[in-house]
Amino acid sequence: MKYLDEYRDEAKAREYARQIARVTTRPWAIMEVCGGQTHAIVKFGIDELLPKSITLIHGPGCPVCVTPLEFIDKAIEIASRPGTIFCSFGDMLRVPGSATDLLSVKAGGGDVRMVYSPSDAVKIAAQNPAREVVFFAVGFETTAPATALAAQQAAEQGVKNFSMLVAHVLVPPAMETLLASPQCRVQGFLAAGHVCAVMGCAEYEPMAAKYRVPIVVTGFEPLDILQGVLMCVRQLEEGRAEVENQYARVVRRDGNEHARELIRRVFEVAPRKWRGLGEIPGSGLRLRSQYEALDAEKRFGLADRDTAESAECLSGLVLQGRIKPAECPAFGQGCAPEHPLGAPMVSSEGACAAYYRYRRPAPAAEPAR
Amino acid sequence: MCLAIPGKITSVTGDDPLSRTGKVDFGGIQKDVNLSCVPEAKVGDYVIVHVGFALSRVEESEANEVFAYLRQMGELPELNEGGP
Repeated sequence: MKYLDEYRDEAKAREYARQIARVTTRPWAIMEVCGGQTHAIVKFGIDELLPKSITLIHGPGCPVCVTPLEFIDKAIEIASRPGTIFCSFGDMLRVPGSATDLLSVKAGGGDVRMVYSPSDAVKIAAQNPAREVVFFAVGFETTAPATALAAQQAAEQGVKNFSMLVAHVLVPPAMETLLASPQCRVQGFLAAGHVCAVMGCAEYEPMAAKYRVPIVVTGFEPLDILQGVLMCVRQLEEGRAEVENQYARVVRRDGNEHARELIRRVFEVAPRKWRGLGEIPGSGLRLRSQYEALDAEKRFGLADRDTAESAECLSGLVLQGRIKPAECPAFGQGCAPEHPLGAPMVSSEGACAAYYRYRRPAPAAEPAR
Repeated sequence: MCLAIPGKITSVTGDDPLSRTGKVDFGGIQKDVNLSCVPEAKVGDYVIVHVGFALSRVEESEANEVFAYLRQMGELPELNEGGP
């Protein structure tokens, strides 16, 4: 496919790896923020092409993974209400809550539906006026415009039986939380290209300056990631800490103003708890008061709750980039995609799922690559 | 979750900004996509689509940047010293 295949050229990828090796004189640790980038890195073996002195640290950029347990439990509570239609992206269905997951609610007779877009949930609500239809709004800045659009459509069309459980999060405050931690090993970032397609690059500039950390807005194909690494390493080697844009074919400096305006009209910034990172000020989105009628937490009177993550699951450390998935004792043992302990093993962009799929020791019969 | 893929716009319908939609072709698979945030995109253009929503128009003039950067790297003389 155009704009995909050409960025997977193996010879060019090896040439990029050679250039990276040439400019690297010291060890560097670079975090790729987005789970989509993590998957590409593990799937295509990009980390194995790089010189040993370059470490890629996998970031928290998987919204499914960072949605805290209490939201999963709230989703399960709503989905279990008789007569409710609960709509969600497919990735969320198998994320374990405290006692069960959404897929089990569905198996037990609950009407849980997988949707492709938030607007599909509004359509389902319009077609089922006698039933409450709730959309589980999970995602980063990439997804927020589509959620905001659905909220506007529901409001304008007067779809009264539609509401949303909003767990939207914002990426830059989480990056800043990682940088501010005394355990931070990250020396440079590959920022999430599709988040920046909406938000632009400017909001990273104060962070790059304050923490003296290069931030390269990067795409998702192998050559994109390799170019992002090269640009980041060159900055590190030259002592620069700037915001650069590797993904200019998609990301404009100012992002997409129409999409940002949609988000701004419907949502306001709020504190939000992240799995593994705790509560981060200004890192979430909630509905503005004009759209309060769409707030499922208010509509169903859901109270805040105390939840405890599984002690066996080290996803918090994985999400902070402090351990690699395979370093968790439960990895591939008590925890696998069929019976996950934590969200990063379930999500198609979770780091644990990527390692499980692409990096388990090969069976003896299979020749080594 | 932030998976977004490029596809080619094959038709556009609707003028209302909230509901401007189009058919987008992804290597032979056609999908309805909301185009409200890419008013500049027209039939034949490629857009980056996430959950049925176009985030950005692919800029043709920037599409070869990744190859141009690699060429420039190969031409930097001071970097060739450590080469094979």
